[in-house]
Amino acid sequence: MVSANNDFTYNSKIEGDVIVTKADAVVNWIRSHSMWPMPMGLACCAIELMASGAARHDISRFGAEVMRFSPRQSDVMIVSGTVTYKMATAVRRIYDQMAAPKWVIAMGACASSGGMYRSYSVLQGVDRIVPVDVYVSGCPPRPEALLDAIIKLQGKVAKEPALGKLFKA
Amino acid sequence: MTAVDVVSLLGGRFPRVSPRASADFPAINVSAEDLPAVMRVLRDECGYDLLTDVSGVDWGMDAEPRFGVIYHLHSIAGNAYLRVATLCSVGEPPSVPSMVSLWPSADWHERETYDFFGIRFEGHPDLRRILMWDGYPHFPLRKEFPLAGVETVLPDEEVAAETGVKVQPAPMAGGPFVAPQEDTVREREPRAKDESWNERRPKPEN
Repeated sequence: MVSANNDFTYNSKIEGDVIVTKADAVVNWIRSHSMWPMPMGLACCAIELMASGAARHDISRFGAEVMRFSPRQSDVMIVSGTVTYKMATAVRRIYDQMAAPKWVIAMGACASSGGMYRSYSVLQGVDRIVPVDVYVSGCPPRPEALLDAIIKLQGKVAKEPALGKLFKA
Repeated sequence: MTAVDVVSLLGGRFPRVSPRASADFPAINVSAEDLPAVMRVLRDECGYDLLTDVSGVDWGMDAEPRFGVIYHLHSIAGNAYLRVATLCSVGEPPSVPSMVSLWPSADWHERETYDFFGIRFEGHPDLRRILMWDGYPHFPLRKEFPLAGVETVLPDEEVAAETGVKVQPAPMAGGPFVAPQEDTVREREPRAKDESWNERRPKPEN
């Protein structure tokens, strides 16, 4: 018995698997699930950053395990540690070398506000030199706190109008 | 080997060497002129083969001479420490003979002391700053330098131009921030000594 062909829109057997969505959603989904960090390990917080990358906390569950010490292919700079004025210029320089779009996580009290170092040599918060998206409190923050910051940042990236800003700096 | 032993061993050769009051290990006072010769005797004849530390002292704005240098020597064979204190020359910059020719480890220690006190080490092969950047206009561990710092320019002109950021004094709301040395660990978080004021609430007048 021959049935009438009543496919009038889309037949997956003929056309293959296609998903229809918004360009913004796709771009942001790709971006937020491959947040490659630029590790800026300057002090003790860097040990917690390494712990986040190690087996127990496993930052690669969030697609953020690619920590190369190069700004060339990184998306999020994780400033972990005390930023002295001498180092601040290098931090800014590396931030400038990162390809847009780029984000910054200030990890720990020192990167967020200078921490307990109210002294002549320490930059009182890395937000004076680079734009910070997420601040992580703690001295040092536990690795879970850093993972939480990455999840927060993923949420922020997911809401961005990506396509409209695609060809802007 | 006590300070008295060291002084008696240095004997009649250096009449200006005197024992120095010390709470832990032997210490001697040496004048800056005698320093190279005394240190050579200590290294070659007393077995102090390791220079573990060089640090400066600022005795205060009206002290004369104002700056001193403290050396910590260690004898690996005898497992003994010795502290040698000297006073720098009067005037600006204060100076003292360098010990790099005797102990190579003096190199970075003396650079650090120069960095923070501005003490010149005569005969040092490479007397540059080591922690602060080249061109930093102050010596941070001198008594007249405030803990919070003073306003200067960033070490990198490009970054300074792009961000408009300067080196600014740190906010010292009730500081310095120190960890109280009592109570439990959770109570030892560093905190301001005077928490009655901060940036938003001005210091009470009383």
